[in-house]
Amino acid sequence: MASLEQKRTVKAIVVGLILLIIAAIVVVVSLNTGTIRLSSAAIWRTLLGGGAADENLVLFEYRLPRIVVTVLAGIGLGISGAVLQGVSRNSLADPGILGINAGAALGLILFVSFFRNMEGPSTLLIPLFAFAGGACISLLIFVLAYDRFKGLIPIRLLLVGIAVEAGISAFTLFLSLRLDEDTYAFAARWLAGSVWGREWVNVLALLPWIVLFVPIVYMHSRTLDLFALGDETASGVGSHVGRNRLVMTSLAVALACASVSMAGGIGFIGLIAPHIARRLVGPQHRHFLPIAGLIGLVILVTADTVGRSLFQPNAIPAGIVVAAIGGPYFLYLLLQSKPNLRRNR
Amino acid sequence: MKRNNVLITGLWFAAAGALLLLSLVIAVSFGAKDFSLNEVWTAVFAYNPDASAHQIMHEYRFPRVLGAAVTGMAFAVAGALMQGVTRNPLADTGILGVNAGAAFVVALCFAFLPGIAYSELILMSFAGAALSTLLIVLLGSATQGGLQSIRLTIAGAVIAAILHSFSSGIAIYYELSQDLAFWYAGGVAGVKWEHLKLLAPIVLVVILASSIMGRSISFLSLGDETAASLGIHTGRVKVLGMTAAVILAGASVAVAGSIGFVGLVVPHIARRMVGVDYRKLIPFSALLGAILLIWADFASRMVNPPREFAIGAMVAMVGVPFFLYLARQERREL
Repeated sequence: MASLEQKRTVKAIVVGLILLIIAAIVVVVSLNTGTIRLSSAAIWRTLLGGGAADENLVLFEYRLPRIVVTVLAGIGLGISGAVLQGVSRNSLADPGILGINAGAALGLILFVSFFRNMEGPSTLLIPLFAFAGGACISLLIFVLAYDRFKGLIPIRLLLVGIAVEAGISAFTLFLSLRLDEDTYAFAARWLAGSVWGREWVNVLALLPWIVLFVPIVYMHSRTLDLFALGDETASGVGSHVGRNRLVMTSLAVALACASVSMAGGIGFIGLIAPHIARRLVGPQHRHFLPIAGLIGLVILVTADTVGRSLFQPNAIPAGIVVAAIGGPYFLYLLLQSKPNLRRNR
Repeated sequence: MKRNNVLITGLWFAAAGALLLLSLVIAVSFGAKDFSLNEVWTAVFAYNPDASAHQIMHEYRFPRVLGAAVTGMAFAVAGALMQGVTRNPLADTGILGVNAGAAFVVALCFAFLPGIAYSELILMSFAGAALSTLLIVLLGSATQGGLQSIRLTIAGAVIAAILHSFSSGIAIYYELSQDLAFWYAGGVAGVKWEHLKLLAPIVLVVILASSIMGRSISFLSLGDETAASLGIHTGRVKVLGMTAAVILAGASVAVAGSIGFVGLVVPHIARRMVGVDYRKLIPFSALLGAILLIWADFASRMVNPPREFAIGAMVAMVGVPFFLYLARQERREL
């Protein structure tokens, strides 16, 4: 038994290292891509402090902050999805189901409806509004899906999420029709998941969330493993199922809200990253949580790079590239999954 | 007992018919300019092309109100059919991604065929609705355990999300800007007689045909095996029912944009009143759907004139709470 455990750990480490290398490659390619071409040599020279003024400007002021935001948001979304799937014991759960994207979109539209100003000090207010919107809508969905006797019922969470999201989207659509054309174009890009944070201040706003919450989630790997046993067995071995479910779901919401507020309305990563991770290293959370984060990173950075390089001159938002790949993969998963999903209530 | 039921059903139909007539009259009379009942009456039965009041009503008010009525009928019946065929009480053309399919193809048309004729746009919209429905039904039935309601709902929601994402990608790339959003938000303000001439016959014929099929659809609720043993060709009924729903949804999305929740809410209300027999349920849903959209459209132009409130948002304000209520009720089913 112990040897199997060791094998898994070794496998997780190997997979993790390979993913780290892939992630590094993806980030370097992304740094190389853009309207102003920089050679790899120039990038290294600039990174090490020997760049010309314009090289410094392009790399440090435009490209690097954007990539760092993408990296952080990818990790946040991947891990958030992994936690949600563990908590709900539903491999089809995703932060989008909790209304985070819809809520963040509502927050953004409310903001641009009232302030109509995307410059200066208000740049940090946009993510704040998006964050508040995501958090409020998630809370609403929690409350609506909560049962006095059974706590959060995962399947009901799913249905309530779909419904609330549809309603909020209708309202957002209504508000967005009243915007002027330029503001609307900005909002549409944001909603479709165009990475928005391109300044260091965005990185600073996102970093604490990831740095703080990802380790906390990781420390709860064991708790997440227990959910897989089913509610009764888990409480049998002394786990406070109801309380843990609430805490872990809240952590997932916080991670996803922070990521979405900086990177725009990106769906599907939270859905597919954990799936791929589980296939690679098995279902134990201490193995597959970090892998899910890394896969989220790779997907988002790749999608962002593809979106802004292949479709010149009009860049396609990363969220659409993700949906183009992630959507079909999700449907494939749906085909594969066993019907006993619904036993869990 | 049985005769009593027929009487009650008849009363409900009479009441709904009367309410529909009343709604039509009120919606035509009030607006940016108010008309007296007398003016409405003469505009309908003694049209005088020289009177400006008559012109306004003929040019704008009538097509708009009738457009709301016809699309409301179509969405409501499409929802009833989908709920019957999938045996899923939460089915609706909006939630199951049929509208998104139609909208996606319309987005393609906006981008690549800017001068497309209206009748062609309706055809394309059908095609989009049909394709997404086919995809969803295939996915829902190809999974292990067959066509399960919860899975169908999830597959539909995901396909709607993908298609929606693609539509917005097209809108962003081709800088269609708000055009598509306006279209998607829906509204019957722009409905003209020529649209109605195309739409109304299709919708009425399909609704009539579905009502005739109603008995077979009702038997589906007993389960496939029981229905088959009663002599129902379950496969054929499902295909015909879905086809009818797609035609209705495709046509009305092309005319009025993607208005969700009508198809979800109306059949449930209708079921409370006239029961679960689809022979009665389908025509009654049509009446209620027409009433609901006439009032939604009326409210959307009366809330804050001269600006118009998006009709889709208006319907969602009623629809979402109702869906939540249902999601809590249908515990056993799910």
